[in-house]
Parts: sequence; structure tokens; C-alpha cells
Amino acid sequence: MTSLRTRVAISSGRMAGAVSRLTGRGQGATISGRVMNAIAPNLLRDSAQSQKVIIVSSTNGKTTTTRLLVDALAESDFPIITNATGANLASGIAPVLAGAKRTGLAILEVDERVVSKVIDPLNPVLLVLGNLSRDQLDRYGEVHAVSAAWRKLFLAKPSLAVIANSSDPNIVWAASPGTVTWVALGRSWREDANTCPSCGRLLEWTNDSYDCPIDNGGCGFTQPEAVAHLKFSEDKNESATLLIQETSHELRLALPGKWNLANAALAVVAANSFGVTPKQAIALMAAVTNVAGRNMKLPLGDGRNAQVLLAKNPAGWTEVLQYLSPRSTQVVVAVNARVADGKDTSWLYDVPYQLLRGHSVAAAGERCLDVAVRLNAEDLNPIIDSDPIAAARRLKGDDITIVASYTQFSALYDKYRKSKP
Amino acid sequence: MNARESTLRIGLVYPEILGTYGDRGNALIIAQRAQRRGIAAEIIEIYAREPISSGLDFYLLGGGEDDSQHIAARSLQESRSALIEAHNTGAVIVAVCAGFQLLGHSYEAADGSLLEGIGLIDMITRAGANRSIGEVVIEAEPSPNWGTAGPPPLITGFENHGGRTQLGQGVVPLGQVKVGTGNGNGGDGVLGERLLGTYLHGPVLARNPVLADRVLSWVVGPLEEIDDSLERRLHDECLSRGSAQGVKRWWQNRMLARG
Repeated sequence: MTSLRTRVAISSGRMAGAVSRLTGRGQGATISGRVMNAIAPNLLRDSAQSQKVIIVSSTNGKTTTTRLLVDALAESDFPIITNATGANLASGIAPVLAGAKRTGLAILEVDERVVSKVIDPLNPVLLVLGNLSRDQLDRYGEVHAVSAAWRKLFLAKPSLAVIANSSDPNIVWAASPGTVTWVALGRSWREDANTCPSCGRLLEWTNDSYDCPIDNGGCGFTQPEAVAHLKFSEDKNESATLLIQETSHELRLALPGKWNLANAALAVVAANSFGVTPKQAIALMAAVTNVAGRNMKLPLGDGRNAQVLLAKNPAGWTEVLQYLSPRSTQVVVAVNARVADGKDTSWLYDVPYQLLRGHSVAAAGERCLDVAVRLNAEDLNPIIDSDPIAAARRLKGDDITIVASYTQFSALYDKYRKSKP
Repeated sequence: MNARESTLRIGLVYPEILGTYGDRGNALIIAQRAQRRGIAAEIIEIYAREPISSGLDFYLLGGGEDDSQHIAARSLQESRSALIEAHNTGAVIVAVCAGFQLLGHSYEAADGSLLEGIGLIDMITRAGANRSIGEVVIEAEPSPNWGTAGPPPLITGFENHGGRTQLGQGVVPLGQVKVGTGNGNGGDGVLGERLLGTYLHGPVLARNPVLADRVLSWVVGPLEEIDDSLERRLHDECLSRGSAQGVKRWWQNRMLARG
């Protein structure tokens, strides 16, 4: 039951957040959390008590992994609550938990920076950790700091169960003191894992694995043995094989790209720990076509639709560009640099936009000039229009993809929802 | 016309560890502005496990995380004489943030550890109490080092660092900070002969086309005009954003001072 105090705390917190946003002081998450905490200090703890909490966190893929896990568990006996809208700060999680009517599973996506703050009150039964890479460096700081903060949680509580990606050194450093089930997802972005998270030396990479060899003066940090391995097929990355112990399962999704197959692999292993077989989980996940707007088909108003993808940082962009590169699609690159995007657009130069050679491209978003100069540096000669839909309409052909940074994407998703009857 | 027979060789120093803040873009911009004038250019990545050779035209260093800066400092010591010799014999050095700090005598990190720099520039850096994050606007220092074309117009960039850099007697900063922190005492970076150090990301040469041309001309001499109206529009837009942020900060500080 939701007490009056809880309801007052949540609404006051939300109001404080809205005031903070409207006056331009901040994003509102910190202040709303503080207000809630002041009125009902045990809000999260009390409302989480009746739930088995699963925390999903990652730089990229947390919303989709959460959704896929929810769907994979949909036919199990547990009532499920989740923060499907991507409200992944304490202020977004509290109302979801407080609204639960029955005892069951709470599958919650949690922002990387917030995991440490909510882990005690939420007392999760499982964490699912995907990947860590540079993202909004002006706001979040550097990657190793997140990994180190997570590691402290597991050092303090080694019995904590965690399903984690063994292909990401920063995830391995974070999770290894816990009770871990490793899943090897493979990895195309390594630029934030060139140094050993344990001793700071240069990490040695060979194909998909890494180590810090002792005979080279290193500390012995290495890729742990995984119980599940994801292997991508060669057919334009549309499917993969997930090998769990000795059994292989074919993974095929309606969602595009290698990154979603990796999200799904984590969800399959997580669902399995709640008694859902991989076969059942894969079948249920295959029906998911659109996760909070990711992969939506947005009407352009001229009879054509554009596929819309979210990419927020160099690792995410690299995955998306590798997916788009072999396809005959024209591409709108839409970037803002608000607080939630990161205010520094320098990261555009960490993204391999040369993969778009041979495609018609457009630069869009509030920072379309930054994008245009970046694309021009690869001789891509983009159309420039701050409005991504107007930019898309200026591209020819029936296959148009808009790839958007966080706040651009949110604006397009709002349009999409309004366009639906 | 730029009569140049050989290909420009642009060395990107330690991109795997001094590449956290997009500064590799500076290499791309130099190469592209050369190519648009018919000058061939190639980017050569030099990894931290390899020695730096002294035969290149440009050496570019970028920003990185703390662990990375430790490795970069050790590796640079091994290549110190090659880099200094290259610079003495005509090569250009552009160094940003962590890479800039390592060109001085030393960098004292927040945890008290002391990194030895290569001492190419008479300066020391200490980690400050706060991180400076945001838009920066700099008025370039007048100096014969700019060449006959004179200093570039206002320079725009984005800083994200905790370093406070003290320049030695007679060392000239890149310019005076109008908005932001820079070195932490009124100036930002260093301007020397064929040497540019700065705290600015953006990347700085992408946001400042005239500055990029000055740096390029240090190797190839006077440059013909190209149509870079797009790059200049970006420069102007960044400057107005930077000034707007400067006015906002000035107002906030004034309100705080009033209590």
C-alpha cells in the first residue's frame, strides 16, 4: 500500500525537479531525490521491501536489456513492475516501486552513477551489468571512476549475485568480487579499456580477449571464463548463437544490430536464473520491435517513414555505424549538446563516421554545425538542417535512418507517440 | 601556391591512451586542410609501446584519464630526446590537456604522485581543488610566433580538467582567457615557436579554422585561401555560445558575491 507520506514525498520531489528544470538550474534529479528523502527518508527501502529487485545497469543498452528481460519473464509466475520509460534515477524508481500492488519482481534499469546510491535500500537479488564506456564526460567524469565505485559495492557484499559481461574489462573489474555468472558478449569498442583497471598498465588485447600478463610486469588481471558465449553470424549481424555451457541457441530478434543481440544474451541468462528456459526467453524477446522508441518507424509526412535509432556516445555510435555501413540507407546524424547529451561535442571525433562513405548523409540537431564539420572532415558533404525530420525529407530514397543523441531522440519519440492514433 | 613534394606526416601520439576527449580530431583537421590545398597528408598513429621517431612533421598529443597519463608520462620519457630533436629541427607540436601538462617539468596529481614531464616547456602543473568544465574563449597573444599573418581571431574550445599550470618567466601563453579557466591564472596554454599547448578540446582545431591554418603554415608556409565558410560558421556559433555562458557565469558570481 502507498502511504500518504509516500505520495506526498513523490509529488513534492517531482515538483522540485520540475522547478529546477524550468528555472534552468539543473536536470532536477538530484533535487527531487533530496526532497523525497527529506519527507520520507525510507521511501525506497520501504517500497522495495515487498519486491525482489533486479537492477540492470550499463552505459549502453540498459533500457533495452530491461525491456527484453521483462518480456522474457512475462509468462513466469511473477507479477512484474518496471521503469519502462527509462526514468532510471532514484526519483524515477521510487514511484514505480511505490505503485506496486502485489509482491513480485521489480526489474529496474538504474543509471550507472545511481547504482551505488540505491543498492542498499533496494537490496537487489540480482544485478545485470552490460558495459562501461565514455559518456557525457563533462557531467559524469571518466570511466574508471564508475568501475571503481561499482567494485566497492561488491567488495562490501561479495554474496551479491550478478550477471555480467566478461568481454568488458571495466565491468570485470567492477563485478569480480561479487557472486558472478559471466557472459562473454564480445566487444567492438575498446578505447576505454586500453589500460588495466587493476594496476594501470597497458592491457594486452588479442582478438576478443585481454590480459595483463605477469611475465610482462603486469598484475595477472585477465578475462574470466564465461558460462555463456555470444557468437555473431556473418550475415550482416542479423543473428547470433548463444552457447550456454554445452548447448547452443540461435538468437534472432526484430530489433536491429549486434548491440541488441548482446542485450538479449544478457537477458536470456538473467531470465534463466528465474527458471525460464533460453528457448522460451528467446521466443518471447523476438517479438519486441520497439523499445521506448528505439527502432521506431517515424512518419516523415511525405509518405515515407524513417527508422530511428538512439546513439549517445562513441561506443554506441560505433555499433550503429557498423550496422548501417553495409546497408543501402541514407543517414541523418542528429546531435544536441544539452545537459543530458553532454555539453562537449568533442566525442564526435571518436566516432568512425568514415563508415558512412557511400551513403547520402545529413547533419541535424541543435549542434548540426559541429556535426557537419565532423562529417566534412570525412569528405561526406552533408545536407545541413537543424530539424532532423526536415533533414530526412531532403534525402532521397525510401530507406532513411535517423540516428539521434539522447535529447534529440526524446523529442522524436514524443512526435512519434503523437503521430499514433 | 604551395609547392610541396613530400607527403605531410602527422603523428598522433599515444591515441589509445591520450584519446579520451576527441583530440584525435586535430590530426584529421590538419590533414584535411592540407589536402584541400593539394598537399598530401597522412596520419601516423604512434602507440605507447613504441618509440617516437623524429622524422615527422607534426606531433599531436591529447587528453586522457589519470592512469593513462601515468603511462604516457613514462613512455614519453623514453622518447624525450627524439621528440625534442624533432621539434628543434622543424616539427610542430600541438598538445592538449594531459598531453600539454606532460610537456612541462612536472605534473602533481590529486593523489600527491608526481609525474615527470619532458621539460620542453618551462612550466609546472598541479591538480587543483576543482575541475573546470565548460566553454572557453581566449584572445590569442600577439607574438612573432604566429608568423606574418599575425594572431588568429578569438579562440573557442571546451575545457574539462583539474590542472593549474604555472608558466616560467618569459614563457608566453596561447592567449588570455575571456571565459573559462585555462591555466588557472588568466592565461591558457603556451605559444612557442612551432609549439601550441592548450587546455581546449572541441577539438580546438576543428572549432578554430584560422588557428588550424596558422599551425599548418608553421610547416608548409603561406597558405592559399580555401572555402571554409562552414568551419567559420561553427567558429562564430561556438564563440557566441561561449560568450553567453561567460555572461551567465559573471551574473551568477555577482549574485553569489552579493549573498
